[in-house]
Amino acid sequence: MSGRPNIGGIRETFAPWEDPTARPLVRFEGVSKAFGDTQAVNDVSLSIYEREFFALLGPSGCGKTTLMRMLAGFEQPDAGQVMLAGRDIAADPPHRRPVHMMFQSYALFPHLSVAQNIAFGLKRQGVARAEAAARVEEMLALVRLEGLGRRRPDQLSGGQRQRVALARALAPRPRILLLDEPMAALDKKLREETQFELMNLQQTLGLTFMIVTHDQDEAMVVADRIAVMRAGEIVQVGRPAEVYEAPADRYVAGFIGDVNLFEGRVATSEGGRVRLLSQDGPIEAEGAGPVGETAWIAVRPEKVAVHSEPQPGDNVLAGTILDYGYLGDWTTYLVEVAPGRTIRAARANATRTVVRPLGCGDAVWLSFEPASAVVLTR
Amino acid sequence: MKRGPSAFNIASVVLGLAFLYAPIVILVLYSFNASRLVTVWAGFSTRWYAALFRDQQMLDAIWVTLRVGVISATIATVLGVLAAVALTRSRARSRVVLAGGVYATLVIPEVILGLSLLLLFVAAGLPRGFWTVTLSHATLTLAYATVVVQARLQSFDRSLEEAAQDLGCPPWKAFALVTLPGIAPAVAAAWMLAFTLSLDDLVIASFTSGPGATTLPMRLYSQVRLGVNPEINAVSTLLIGLVATGVIAAYLIQQRRRPSA
Repeated sequence: MSGRPNIGGIRETFAPWEDPTARPLVRFEGVSKAFGDTQAVNDVSLSIYEREFFALLGPSGCGKTTLMRMLAGFEQPDAGQVMLAGRDIAADPPHRRPVHMMFQSYALFPHLSVAQNIAFGLKRQGVARAEAAARVEEMLALVRLEGLGRRRPDQLSGGQRQRVALARALAPRPRILLLDEPMAALDKKLREETQFELMNLQQTLGLTFMIVTHDQDEAMVVADRIAVMRAGEIVQVGRPAEVYEAPADRYVAGFIGDVNLFEGRVATSEGGRVRLLSQDGPIEAEGAGPVGETAWIAVRPEKVAVHSEPQPGDNVLAGTILDYGYLGDWTTYLVEVAPGRTIRAARANATRTVVRPLGCGDAVWLSFEPASAVVLTR
Repeated sequence: MKRGPSAFNIASVVLGLAFLYAPIVILVLYSFNASRLVTVWAGFSTRWYAALFRDQQMLDAIWVTLRVGVISATIATVLGVLAAVALTRSRARSRVVLAGGVYATLVIPEVILGLSLLLLFVAAGLPRGFWTVTLSHATLTLAYATVVVQARLQSFDRSLEEAAQDLGCPPWKAFALVTLPGIAPAVAAAWMLAFTLSLDDLVIASFTSGPGATTLPMRLYSQVRLGVNPEINAVSTLLIGLVATGVIAAYLIQQRRRPSA
């Protein structure tokens, strides 16, 4: 595949979904589910591969949790098949599925100790007492809770409880581990630590993880692939970089990260380049589009450069700085290019000091490369 | 500046408590009276307690009452737990019907309930006795037990049960291993309440009892009609003690193991 530019600049070595001979571990085949009048999941087909860290991402109520609960066995699909390792498991009740779930509320058993909680699934599997005890110790070490086995859940901090829930779900060695908003209750710092711990754990154990989250940053950090959902349907499935840099439509572009959209009629589309006539003037982007029809060009704020002098060439917009936000690592500028029309630009603060500072009311020129923008037809 | 309770408040509390408890206090005091005359104090004595424990009829009645109480409370609690589960888990429409059915016995006058139970037993050809009283008491106390258990079940996190199923428990086992320990205080409280209600019931027992199954309240009532004797005060004091213990225990059990946070 040499010659084709890499999206996102990350060289992936793990990509079973690109291998046509690979058999998925989990396969949703035309799955639908309604609650009353609400169509929670609508004709979803999806493959998840062994050792993959897969994220279902979407706003609340988009059906991502329902989809996960169908894999766990707590919901029955109205139509379609849920396959695990090539077998339809629709008829299996939750307790017969080698699929374990980490609940959003953690759902630790309050009347049992930490060790008893972790041993719960092992006991049901009929693992011998000595072996179960050894496995509990192993799990406690894995989640760095050595010596806390005798505590009760209510004697633990939120982060510790989360790790017990994780150890409990991992102890019986599931074929796939389901994580339902696992970090929703943690603060930001702890959440970032936990994300890397989860990835480490998944790599070390060589397990398949499926996470449900509404937090796009979280999905981007942990997942090999992300499925973006909206109103019960999957809009796009891809690696984080693909979903971010080559969104399928305006919804995905706007849901993951910030985006500037230019709407207009496609004037020309040739040589891998589209020229769009927008209200902000002609805008060019790499790609293809239907000539004469409405399309959108999307560009991310960090790909928009801010200059203090007029710039030559295409894709240049003049405006004044309306507002800015200093985030430490980044500064984002809100630039008004026409009355009521603003463009977002972001600049990495690569140096501590800047010779020519920018502030509100300053005249600036924005520019971006056609290669940095993407054409959307939906 | 700290303000103590006003004289009015103190007076209200004292009078209120006196209104509620003066009769009971007098009964308890006179159970320790040395005199045979109920209204004349002749010094402290436990002779009536001794007499009570020689009164075989009275002892029999106590024994019947305890057995009826334990068995009927157990039946009512088991059914109450099942009913509470059905009530909390069922769909909205069937829940209304089911709840109406269960709670109706709370408002049906006891006389009517007793009479209808009697008619049922007669129609079914069941001889009145120990088991008819026991079953009737289970009917009477079922609704109370259900209310107590249902209140706890409603606040019980269902994802705990799902987690247990997820880890390999069939639904019934998930209930037994996770839900039941979680609602155990409420179940114990429900049993205590049912037992206490059975203990002091006179109306239903009068309708549904038969020869050889005279409960303590029935025995007391028939004795009082012949004249109050201090032995009755003694047995009443014991009964009050038992009921009070049951109620307080039920309260304490419910308080304990509530999440303290």
